[in-house]
Formats: sequence, C-alpha cells, structure tokens
Amino acid sequence: MTVAIYLDHAATTPMLPEVIAAYTSALSVVGNPSSIHSQGQNAKRMLEEAREQVAASVGADPVEVTFTSGGTEAINLAVKGLYWARNSGSSLSRPRILVARTEHHATIDSVEWLAAHEGAIIDWIPVDPLGRISLAALDAALSSSPDVAFVTVLWANNEVGTIQPVAEIVALASAHGVPVHCDAVSAYGYLPIDFHASGLAAMSISAHKIGGPVGAGALVISRAATVTPLIHGGNQQRARSGTQDAAGAVAFGAAAGVAVARLADTAAPHLRTLRDRLIAGVLAAVPSAVLRGDPVDRLPGNAHFTFPGCEGDSLLFLLDAAGFSVSTGSACQAGVPEASHVLLAMGLPEAEARGALRVTLGHATTQAEVDAFVAALPGAVEQARSAGYADRLTILGR
Amino acid sequence: MKVLAAMSGGVDSAVAAARAVDAGHEVVGVHLALSRTPGTLRTGARGCCTIEDSMDAQRAANIIGIPYYVWDFSTRFKEDVVDDFIAEYAAGRTPNPCMRCNERIKFAALLEKALALGFDAVATGHYASIELDEHGNRELHRASDWAKDQSYVLGVLTAEQLAHSMFPLGATPSKAEVRAEAAARGFSVAAKPDSHDICFIPDGDTRGWLADRVGSEQGAILDRSGERIGTHEGALAFTIGQRKGLNVGYPTDDGQPRFVLEIRPKTNEVVVGPREALAVEELAGTTFSWTGIPPVDPSTPFDCEVQVRAHADPVPAMAWVGRAPLNPDATDCAAPSRDELVIVPNQPIIGLSPGQTAVLYVGTRVLGQCTVERTVSAAPVEQAALAR
Repeated sequence: MTVAIYLDHAATTPMLPEVIAAYTSALSVVGNPSSIHSQGQNAKRMLEEAREQVAASVGADPVEVTFTSGGTEAINLAVKGLYWARNSGSSLSRPRILVARTEHHATIDSVEWLAAHEGAIIDWIPVDPLGRISLAALDAALSSSPDVAFVTVLWANNEVGTIQPVAEIVALASAHGVPVHCDAVSAYGYLPIDFHASGLAAMSISAHKIGGPVGAGALVISRAATVTPLIHGGNQQRARSGTQDAAGAVAFGAAAGVAVARLADTAAPHLRTLRDRLIAGVLAAVPSAVLRGDPVDRLPGNAHFTFPGCEGDSLLFLLDAAGFSVSTGSACQAGVPEASHVLLAMGLPEAEARGALRVTLGHATTQAEVDAFVAALPGAVEQARSAGYADRLTILGR
Repeated sequence: MKVLAAMSGGVDSAVAAARAVDAGHEVVGVHLALSRTPGTLRTGARGCCTIEDSMDAQRAANIIGIPYYVWDFSTRFKEDVVDDFIAEYAAGRTPNPCMRCNERIKFAALLEKALALGFDAVATGHYASIELDEHGNRELHRASDWAKDQSYVLGVLTAEQLAHSMFPLGATPSKAEVRAEAAARGFSVAAKPDSHDICFIPDGDTRGWLADRVGSEQGAILDRSGERIGTHEGALAFTIGQRKGLNVGYPTDDGQPRFVLEIRPKTNEVVVGPREALAVEELAGTTFSWTGIPPVDPSTPFDCEVQVRAHADPVPAMAWVGRAPLNPDATDCAAPSRDELVIVPNQPIIGLSPGQTAVLYVGTRVLGQCTVERTVSAAPVEQAALAR
C-alpha cells in the first residue's frame, strides 16, 4: 500500500521541517533555565525568546504565557485554577460554571470533577443545531446568577468546526464582571487570535495542532486574572512549577511563528478553498450526506458529515483500508467508541450521530488528495451502509 | 481469505490471530467493545471489556503486524446477552451467557458486519475444530485437547455461521502449548490469567449482581408434596441441585439431605427434595438448531451423546424431533403443535435446570443443540412421596 493520505490534521498535524530543525538543535543544548550559571542563562534565553514568539502569535504579553504539557493541562489549569481563585475565601461564594455540552472532554470532565469534588454547580448553556452557543441563554444565566465563577467556551469546536461568537460572549460576561476562559486549541493557527483585544481572562493553546511537538502547550493568563496553580514546586512560571522544557518551547515558538505568518498570508484562504471543494464534492457524490456544524463560520480546514445508515467506525475502517486517515470525530473514551457528545448536544438522535466522519485538512494537504478522497468515499459509504448500525437486530443466530 | 480476528485481549485470541496470518490469510484484528462504561483501567483483569484488555489486544496486533480496530457492540450485547441473562434468571431458568454471546454477537452481529465490510470469515480463539465431511460439508468437532475443548459453547452455531468461522487453536495439543507459542511470539499476554465466570459480572458475585437487578424477597421452601418446610431470602439465590444453605432443619425426617429441585419465580417458591429426585430421564426443548448438516430423518430416534454443561461428561442418549403442543397444558392431540427436540439419556442426568443448553455429539462431532424447556424426573413425586 502506498503512504496513506492524511486528512486528520485536527488530531495532530505533521511537524514542520523548520520546527524539527529548531527542536533537534535545541535538544543538544545543555542547561536548566533556572540555573544561575551561563549555560543555564543560555537555556533561559532560548526559553524566553520562545515565550515571546508564542505570546506574539496570539497578541499577548510574554508574562501572560504559562507553558504547560499541552492543551489538556492548560484547560485543567484554567478551569480548576479559575474556580479556586474565584472561590478563595472560606465559603463557596461563586460555585457556578457556565459551559456548553459541546466543549472538549478536557473541559467537560474538569467541570464535572469540580462539581463532584469541589461543590461546583454547572449551568449547561444550550447550543443551536449548528453548535453555536445560545447568547440569550448565556445572558439569562449571567443576569439571574450573581455567583458565577467563570464562563468557559471553545473558540471553535474541535469536531464540527463551528466558530463561537467569542467577542459577544466576553462582552456579556464582562458586563457582569465574570471572567471567560477560551479553549482555542483547535482555532490556533487557523483563525486570527488577538488575546488582548478579546478581553479573555485565559486561553488554552497547544503546539502540536500547528506543526509543533506533542507535549507542549500554554495557558495564556491575562495580567488581570488569577488562576490557582495545579502543580506546586519551584515556582518556575507564574501558574506552574516544574523544570521548563526549553527545547519544547523553542519548537513551539518556531511553529507559532510559521503558523501565524502563513495564516495572514495564504494558509487559511488556501484551506478554505480546498475545504469547500471537499464539501461540495462529498455532497455531490453522496447526496444523503449531511454537513454538520456551521456551513459558513467554521474552521477553514474542517469538514464534518454524518452519513445516515452508516456506522462511523465501519466508514473509518473502509477508508483506512483504502489509504485515507480520517476520524469519526468522537472522543474514543476509554477505548470505547461512543456517539459524539457534540452531535448529541446539537440535538442529533444517537443513531444519526453514530454515522459521523470528520475530515480535517492542513498545511500539507493538496487538491489531488481531496479529489482522491471524494472519489473513494461513495463506495465506502455504500458498503458501510450495507453493514448498517451495530445495534440493529441480526439475521444470523435467530 | 480476508479474515477478521476477534481479539479479546487474552492469550488464545492473540495466538489464533497470529496463526491465521501464518496460514496466509489477510487478517485484521477487532476488539469488541461490549460495555459502555468499562470504568477505570483495571489491572489483574479477568473477563473481558476492560481498557487493559483492549490495550493488550492492540499490542498483540502490533506484534503480529495487523491493523487493529475497536468496534462497539455494546447495545446488542446488553439486549441480547445481559438483559436476556437477567430475564432468564427472573423466569427461573439458568442461561449460558457465553453461548448467547457466540450465537448473537460474535457469530451474528460481528460476523454480519464483517461480511458486509468485505471479510470472508471470523476467527476466534475458541478450542474447537472444523472438519469437512466426505462431501465437503463443514462439521464442528471437539478440540484435540479435551480438557480445553470449547465446542459446547459453539454448539449454537448454524451451518451458515459455521461456514464463516475459523478456529485456529482447534488442533493444539494443550493450553500450555498456546502459552508457550505466545511467549515465543513475544506477546505480553502469554502469562495473562484465563478469564473465568461471566465477563459482565466483574467481581464474580453472580447472585449479588442478579439480586441488585431483579430484587430478592422472602418466600417459601416447599417439599415435593407442596408442604412448607422453611423460608428463603430470595428464590434467585438458589441453583438446581444446591444442598447448602437451605435451613430446612437437620436432620431431616428421613435423615437424607435435601436438594433444590425447582425454582418457581412467579410464586417465589423453592422446591426441595432428596437427591434421587434430581435425576432427569428425559429432556426436551423447542428452541433447537443443527450445527452443520442435520440428521437425514431427525424424527427417527438416533444415537448420540448429550452434554448439558461446558465441562460435564457427555452421556450416551437417544434423540429425535417430535411434536410438542404450543400450549403445554393441552391434552387434545389436534391442538396446535411445533417441533421439539427430545433427548433420552441412557442413564439419568443429575441436576438440570430449564434454560441450560443440551448439546448433542456423535463421536467428536457436534450435531446440534437445544435449550432445555422441560424435563422428566426419573423419580416422580408419587414414588418419592411413597418412599418417604
């Protein structure tokens, strides 16, 4: 078999050659950034230059960037750290968290953990069928509850690609003095992000979604905001202890520089053109396919469909065997494929939600790859449909 | 052939998948997700469905060098196996969930999906053999290692299911050999403990698990004449043939121990009696199937052996297909009727519950099976009462 065509850039995207070069070069430099000697200072210089690059890529100040082990840690730090900081007295003065059910599991599981162990109250804010958060419901919740700890929202949904009205959400929350955390992991590198202009209290990003290494991420924390650290120790960073990964930061910084330069230049328009070609091709080749998420305000590299009568894992198997790496888009929790919680929150019945396929394009994707996928899809859909849903009654054994 | 290897995460299915590759087949490994809530990662796994099992299966697939996927059959498994198990117990019968899983999940839901997606067969790590008769028809036979033989739990397979089944471990002399082979192949599961009991009852406490789902209430313990001789804390806590924990007084009138003879869930009654009353001289059921080619004339009594549990000894028997009234109480011979597989063992079988599966063998060949619906006691109540 030839090398598979990679159409799962939202899961992780290939590291850029210039990032690998910067990374491997930095790996050979010895020195703990916290050491006082010259070699330590050299490592510190590399680290802080990288912090400046990452800060610049999102319109933040370097002091606002706390490096983490990735997006999930950044989100945990934001959600739990904001919750504890906002309830720092002896009583729970602000136990309420406003959040949509379409959030990534890093957020959902964190707020549910706070509810189970720390007395948090979760107000689930509804989303419309396209996955957009209800501003009216959010406003109502903010107006009726004086005890809100924070609002947390995805900049753009990682499964269906819908972009949230972040500016409006921050405006509503700010009117009530409530901080907002934004999970920008899937938007970073694909949409312009200006942290200072956004008015966010905190924002999570990850390196490996933009051509950097896995294991590097950051929580951007506004100077005006406070988060209680999760990890205690040497106080190396504002909100996190632990020896800092200078090489990882260098690679993250290099990827940030490239991603943002491309974004302003050609990446997003190029991706949009390819994505729209893919969506049009899929809808023409498989008329029963349904595009999910916002058709207009969506991530430039994201195409997400449901195929009625198909099980997503059947489709994924057939496409994988045909040489296409795609995703069912659902979190594979505990090794058990489940219908996507995002699609269920958008109001899809479970059966329809099971036939989901997420195709995400990235910096290396070509038109030929998109066309090859569109050509291979109808046969796979037809065969997957003949296998039906896994919960249908069997013929054999009855 | 394109072969789907069902990989549980255990040593047997890993070696079976590897042997299918060695035999020249194009193999894909699939782990069946049978529970929606497998909980946290559990070490020292027993049974199936844990995250650790899924990871073990994937590591074996990596070493073999085959693609690996997890497919979700949790809805079908819950309805066809777990709910069926609860309903059968609640009706006073003793089901075999592993057989139900083979019949409805592995060789039905999974096999159908595999065929639809372009596979030719499903391979499992069961210890059983498929052989061809002189006309090339597929027959299911016992494994060469009788101690590990699992042909009993495959007795539910029909000719159609058997046509797409593959059991690469069937000719293995012993389980030890499979473990040695797994170790030689570098599988991390080579020394993993065998799974026992029922996979969806992880702590092995079947009675407690059932009581949580069906409930338990005090009820009467009766003797065979219907006289109340004690009280129980829940009829489902008993199995046919059970002797201990009856609390009906010791010694009994005749000095003989009492055994559970019958469980009546509708009235929440447990019937007890002497050991000889456990002996069954005829058993029958209307839900039966043939494993491969059926007998030429099943209505003519034929010689066979009958086995009523996974590890019971087979008993020589006569069997035939007769007619049973749709309404068991009907006495009119013109009443609507249906086919029934009747089995008469040469010697009585001790302790047999409705719901158990009776598998018929001819030599090593599995001929067919039926779910036991009615039994005829070798010691009818009148004689027992007289004896007392």
